[in-house]
Amino acid sequence: MKTDPHITVVGDTAVLRGDFLINMIEGVVSADLPQKPVHAIDLTHVGRLDTAGAWAIIRLEQSLIAVNRKVEITAASQEQRNLLAILRKNMSTNKDPVPVQLTVLDRLDHLGRYTIGASLKGIAIVGFTGQVVATIARLIIHPGQIRWTSMFHHMQQVGLNAVPIVSLMAFLIGVVLAFQGATQLQPFGAEIFVVDLIAISMLRELGILLTAIIVAGRSGSAFTAAIGSMKMREEVDAMRTLGLDPVAVLVVPRVLALVLMLPVLGIIANVAGLVGGALMSWIELGVSPSVFQTRLASNTDAWQFGVGLIKAPFFALIIGIVGCFEGMQVEGNAESLGRLTSTSVVLSIFLVIASDAVFSIFFAIVGV
Amino acid sequence: MDDPIISVRGLVTRFGTQTVHDGLDIDVRQGEIIGVVGGSGTGKSVLLRAIVGLLNPQAGQIRVFGQSIGDTSDEEHVQLRRRWGVMFQDGALFSSLSVQQNIEAPMRELLDIAPDTRAALSAIKLRMVGLPENAFSKMPSELSGGMRKRAGFARAIALDPEIVFLDEPTAGLDPIGAAAFDALIAQLRAALGLTVFLVTHDLDTLHAICDRIAVLAEKRVLVTGTMADMQNVDHPWVQAYFNGPRARAALAQKDAV
Repeated sequence: MKTDPHITVVGDTAVLRGDFLINMIEGVVSADLPQKPVHAIDLTHVGRLDTAGAWAIIRLEQSLIAVNRKVEITAASQEQRNLLAILRKNMSTNKDPVPVQLTVLDRLDHLGRYTIGASLKGIAIVGFTGQVVATIARLIIHPGQIRWTSMFHHMQQVGLNAVPIVSLMAFLIGVVLAFQGATQLQPFGAEIFVVDLIAISMLRELGILLTAIIVAGRSGSAFTAAIGSMKMREEVDAMRTLGLDPVAVLVVPRVLALVLMLPVLGIIANVAGLVGGALMSWIELGVSPSVFQTRLASNTDAWQFGVGLIKAPFFALIIGIVGCFEGMQVEGNAESLGRLTSTSVVLSIFLVIASDAVFSIFFAIVGV
Repeated sequence: MDDPIISVRGLVTRFGTQTVHDGLDIDVRQGEIIGVVGGSGTGKSVLLRAIVGLLNPQAGQIRVFGQSIGDTSDEEHVQLRRRWGVMFQDGALFSSLSVQQNIEAPMRELLDIAPDTRAALSAIKLRMVGLPENAFSKMPSELSGGMRKRAGFARAIALDPEIVFLDEPTAGLDPIGAAAFDALIAQLRAALGLTVFLVTHDLDTLHAICDRIAVLAEKRVLVTGTMADMQNVDHPWVQAYFNGPRARAALAQKDAV
């Protein structure tokens, strides 16, 4: 079948034998040059020859020429000569470039570029936010231009379809809070305070924060991926040439849908968390649902619920704008789509938590 | 030698209720360039995908190198894949790799070759398809459509395959670039003894390099033959295609040369 290629030197002729194919030439390429002076390369006994094999032969010829000045290739068939000619035409003449070593200065340069890049991105996000808000304002003045179908579609996607996962998550968090609270409070005989613990932490912080995190992972990434792949296939450019504003067509319906639905999801999460907490309190501590309800109504201010809910539209704005902004940054390749989708999720979760901290300080100062 | 290198018998492909091929037969002989033509939606690309095993037909027998594509083991399939190269319409380069890494990819994955050899061979392949030196380290998204096609072709011939499948190789190229691409295909066929399976709309390509033409219509291969045979086929689509103004222009151009 196939025979490995090898070189024997007879007189002043290097006789090549075997098949010179891409997966077999390794031995020939790495072999040492013959010591004796060689002035001819004989191809009579060469079996099959492909481009890699021809490359190996020309390499051999070139290195022999370097030593012996004159080398001739003999007994090549017409096909082999054609192949060798094509290869000769396409061989590189310049030497391989030397790999560059990174110096401290280079690293400093990278750091500088990264810093400038990050600040420019920050400015760009602020600019994008302004653009979205201005477009929303324009659409409020001219409600006829709002894309209702698209908006309701996204409301279903980000809102209705997220209800199962959000309520399950909140229910489990309620269960965990009740369970942990019970073990800590029981030694003090203060079991009943578990109701306050669950109500305040759930309504004020956890319900809306965790919902926002889930929605960022679920819908923020979907926004980036959807807009990004449209950007990749030049659909966004096509829209611009048709006189459509991508912000009005793609971004505003998504952001508005999120702003409208996140508070609703937050309320659902609050209810599910309280139900989970009540159930666990009943099982673990024997606090009956009616006691839980009475305690909840008498001890928990409605403002606790209000504080949580006020944050929802802001979180929604962050998730929506970051998701769409990153989608708009996608360039021609699939890798940037993946990278920006993960950036979008990480950045929006980070910004949600950071703004939650700002809200905490604000509400502490206001005294709610 | 007389055994066809690719033989398709009774191919049936369906997407949902839409039948694309219904009892399609085609033979490709060793060392020829066969051009597959047909109107939009007649399943030219689908046929190509079925032959290279990217989709499973509902019925029919596809044999390449005498081996049936449908019921080969995974290992045999890998061996088969090494013996053919496919160039997709837009090159289908891996967008996260540079052009040269794209050409090296099949060598790295399927063969055990030293990195230096790999780099030298991939550079030769890129020069063979006429890409300038400064394009080697670029990312596919930085290339023009024509250059992406060339790079895709270079990847298809990276392992010196016996068959190359080309999906619309000259679509979207300027006439000079298209003619150069045709010449390149013919030249490599002569040098490497390639068999070329070509899906195209380009009448100039059909005139210039195709040994035989297969016309896809009515869910099967309506007719195969040389360019001259096509002039005499009594079928409205074939007549319109090969006797239309564009076809006459291409023919006149060839006669002038």
